[in-house]
Amino acid sequence: MLTEIRWHGRGGLGVVTAAELVAYASILKGYYALAFPEFGAERRGAPVTAYNRISDRVLSDRSPVLEPDIVVVLDPTMVRRETLRGLKRGGLVVANATKKPRELAELLGPEYRYATVDATRIALEIFRLPIVNTVMTAALATAAGIVDVDHLLEAVRARFSERVAKLNELAIRRAYESVEVA
Amino acid sequence: MVEKLAEFVANGELDAEFIHVESEHSALSAVVGASAAGARVFTATSSQGLLLMYEIMHIASSIRLPVVMSIATRAISAPINIWCDHSDFMAASDSGWIMLMGMNAQEAHDLVIAAYRIAEDPRVLLPVAVGYDGFWISHTVEPVYVLEKEEALRYAPKRVTWRALDPEKPVTMGPLASPEWYFEFRVQLQKAIEGSRGAISEALREFGQHFGREYREVDGFYTDDADVVLVAMGSVTGTAIPFAEEARKAGLRVGVVNVRLFRPFPEEEVFKHLENAKVVAVVDRAINPGSPFVGPLYSDVAVTAFKRGLDIPVLNYVTGLGGRAVLRSHLEAMVKHAYGFVGKRMRDVETHYGFVGVRE
Repeated sequence: MLTEIRWHGRGGLGVVTAAELVAYASILKGYYALAFPEFGAERRGAPVTAYNRISDRVLSDRSPVLEPDIVVVLDPTMVRRETLRGLKRGGLVVANATKKPRELAELLGPEYRYATVDATRIALEIFRLPIVNTVMTAALATAAGIVDVDHLLEAVRARFSERVAKLNELAIRRAYESVEVA
Repeated sequence: MVEKLAEFVANGELDAEFIHVESEHSALSAVVGASAAGARVFTATSSQGLLLMYEIMHIASSIRLPVVMSIATRAISAPINIWCDHSDFMAASDSGWIMLMGMNAQEAHDLVIAAYRIAEDPRVLLPVAVGYDGFWISHTVEPVYVLEKEEALRYAPKRVTWRALDPEKPVTMGPLASPEWYFEFRVQLQKAIEGSRGAISEALREFGQHFGREYREVDGFYTDDADVVLVAMGSVTGTAIPFAEEARKAGLRVGVVNVRLFRPFPEEEVFKHLENAKVVAVVDRAINPGSPFVGPLYSDVAVTAFKRGLDIPVLNYVTGLGGRAVLRSHLEAMVKHAYGFVGKRMRDVETHYGFVGVRE
């Protein structure tokens, strides 16, 4: 088993942390996992890409993922066809969008599967900041099943201070309830 | 790495003196001094920092102090670039240090523990550097088994095996050596690093016996029947191994050699994996500008082949400088190019090197 994920967003949305949390959660589940960003200068608002490889075997290849099984898009303005380049046929798009999965299929093509969540709204309600990363990890967990929400919660508790972890736990639970999968 | 160590010391998990200094030159000077006083020491750096340490690297090896250092290998300025290649590591490779290169985070951790066994072995007494690719390994999240303190100490017990400073028995370290004596010191250093091979093998083998993860100076994958053998160091080999498996399904008989020990260069172990090849393709992540070999790993591999009369094309592919990703498609381009030289001899090769994944 090998699942390759590519994350898209902008500096400040927590893209790299999202990929790292998913790797932690996968490792907690007993998988071997890698998380790494498209290394570059870190600037707020600039496009950021990050990757996960998750497997039940030890992985040696740490080159960028070119043909992902899943693409996660954290910034609604990046939910575009070109963001999906290389995504395998039948692959999954997990998007921060107010649109329904069915609407995205019309917009971006029927050859992929879609899951959507209004992550910005959830993040603004809980954090009062549009930091959507943990919301999107929960959407990924719900839609793809590769990682479990319980392991994500454990990863969040290991990563953040108690106060921040509590808010993120809330965000994850909220996302879990509101993600729509086609 | 140093930030994590600072945390370990602050949390009381690591009983060590954490010395803050103002530069890498001072960092290595401080550990040289502490090592001379009998302490087990560690430091870490990259890129320009390593270049600033360069002067003191020679002093550590010449005084024969078992200093251990990690290098997250990175490019060198200018232009400023903080990303991965092997320019810094290779620039330091003539400094009399034993040099190892890990291919993942587990090795970056394990080889440091092994490094103490090697460095402090009374038959060795040389500093050891452990390289691992900047960013591709240093900034990737992945699972690592961290050794317990007690088990690490059982494998590499703390004892002062070297001549440490002692006020009761004063000695001078690194004083003036006139033309009458200097040459002898340099030859001793050369003999010491040459003579360290047995102790390195033993330390790596015993690491496997203690912890179940065995490392060798050199790994070979599918080299027995390979037409083209790719020789590489660091994380690229991790991409090359699955690539070779894929290429074989498509009828290209590709082998991969991972060079884990760079100094002293393990010629015999590397050659074992080359002797059945038709073409050797050396992947370098650094350039030695103006040299006749271009890539520094290439020079060692080519000399290894030449010394043993292996008259097949040994080619050099320089790639992945300054953090540029090395993709399977790059390796495929190298192998397909190298296949064009099957059946030829080295003298038939007009240009032995090329740059892969660059705009020219």
